[in-house]
Amino acid sequence: MSETATPYIPNKRKPMRSAEDLRAQIPGWGADLDPADRPSYPREQPGIETGARWDFPERQPEKWPRERSVEHAFLPPVFGTSTPPAGVSGAIRRYAYKYGEGRAAHWLLLVGADRVDAWEHHLTSLLTLRPDNPVTETGVLSEFSRHGISSRAGQGRADVKHQWIDPLIVAGPWVLAAGGLAAVALRILRKRREA
Amino acid sequence: MKAMVYRGPYKVRVEEKDIPKIEHPNDAIVRVSRGAICGSDLHLYHGMMPDTRVGFTFGHEFVGTVHEVGSSVQNVAVGDRVMVPFNVYCGSCYFCARGLYSNCHNVNPNATAVGGIYGYSHTCGGYDGGQAEFVRVPFADVGPSKIPDWMDEEDAVLLTDACPTGYFGAQLGDIAEGDTVVVFGAGPVGLFAAKSSWLMGAGRVIVVDHLEYRLEKARSFAHAETLNFTQYKDIVVQLKKETDYLGADVVIDAVGAEADGNFLQHVTASKLKLQGGSPIALNWAIDSVRKGGTVSVVGAYGPIFSAVKFGDAMNKGLTLRMNQCPVKRQWPRLFEHIRNGYLKPSDIVTHRIPLEHIAEGYHMFSAKLDNIIKPLVVAGQS
Repeated sequence: MSETATPYIPNKRKPMRSAEDLRAQIPGWGADLDPADRPSYPREQPGIETGARWDFPERQPEKWPRERSVEHAFLPPVFGTSTPPAGVSGAIRRYAYKYGEGRAAHWLLLVGADRVDAWEHHLTSLLTLRPDNPVTETGVLSEFSRHGISSRAGQGRADVKHQWIDPLIVAGPWVLAAGGLAAVALRILRKRREA
Repeated sequence: MKAMVYRGPYKVRVEEKDIPKIEHPNDAIVRVSRGAICGSDLHLYHGMMPDTRVGFTFGHEFVGTVHEVGSSVQNVAVGDRVMVPFNVYCGSCYFCARGLYSNCHNVNPNATAVGGIYGYSHTCGGYDGGQAEFVRVPFADVGPSKIPDWMDEEDAVLLTDACPTGYFGAQLGDIAEGDTVVVFGAGPVGLFAAKSSWLMGAGRVIVVDHLEYRLEKARSFAHAETLNFTQYKDIVVQLKKETDYLGADVVIDAVGAEADGNFLQHVTASKLKLQGGSPIALNWAIDSVRKGGTVSVVGAYGPIFSAVKFGDAMNKGLTLRMNQCPVKRQWPRLFEHIRNGYLKPSDIVTHRIPLEHIAEGYHMFSAKLDNIIKPLVVAGQS
């Protein structure tokens, strides 16, 4: 056998295990060897039977002005009706849908709206009989019942190596933003006192 | 009814919600018996997927019994036990008419780049999902199928996403006899992708992860060789050595948006949400596949840009193939493989969590506690 590694010569140096061995050792080895047996070959299969008896589906009633991508020609006939946009987060979301999907502004506004939505609900939950409970809602008690320490210690997990700094990274932008807002507010107050 | 609801990043709880109503003549309402938490649900749970709203119910893997049907439904009836693909799709649009069910254009007003998915944010259509006692299933004549009498319910729920997605990932690799296949990720989809690679004639299957208990499962369940990337200075170099410096013929990314192993990528994507996903596994795939090889992507990424090493992909002449799985297309062949004993999807189930305890389930799965691989959600029992 040549000492020259495979990429520098025409064929793989190490022959594969024989098909007979593989068939004997691995259940079903080669059952889909023929691409024709693979359900997603070819990728597009015009005329595939789907069960649909319509060319265009009947339209579902639109119960509120449903937000939609500007890349759609019209509101698609069927859509989800969960959690209509509401509050400040809803206003941001409606605004985000003015931008196309190719624009970063569209997605970043939606991510921003998600954060606002969470804070809106955390705050309003305090006015209800069931305020948000960070202990039960994070499921953190499973750390005690599901071996939180032994699942991590000595396991060599990649995520454990940076776990100590994760809270700082997540909290950092919020702390900076809060600090920035406080600084702006203080400056405005000072200017008013001076005026 | 009881339903899981999202309360913000890392927070979920069970609330009483109204039982969903028929909103279209081809809708069905399904009473859920078994659901599951998918690795991609963690992207929602961690707040990475844009337009994930407080009050929304997750869950795109579920099976159950038909509770109510709309006036035009013919193919399923009240009382039928059904399995529901994670794709919401019409069966008649330009894309569905070609079998691209996961790319349906008639079911997602919020985005054209992605089809409809149950319980997967408004970016995927705003459909409440199956981590609940009841769920609305649009196009009941198209998506759901009756669970065959011989099929175990837990095999059926694994057939609604994880198993077909792994099988589809192997198909996207265009595996030829004797190919060396590397699978990044030993979670449910990676395990099924590795197992499926043998069905397509792979000569070698290598699974890469950092969780030893999952690599053990890859060896026992998927007959794969394994590499723990934390034990090597550079996993790409190690894979080159493993393949006589050629690189793998096919690499499958079964990790997606929250890959770990590169601090900068992890921080900017998973923590600061400045990327649509942390493309560590994808970049490793691009760098460890051979020139002219194929990278198959079934790991889920968000719609925001990601720092992908596209230059290497171009210079190496790679074929990049990817999609959300069109689930129902995979079922007839997967049913055969299960009946022939080649595949037992429920072998990867490690936990069964009552719906009432779903917050603990999410935390366990997110933090990878208790050797968790696949948690099922059991509705109506606690």
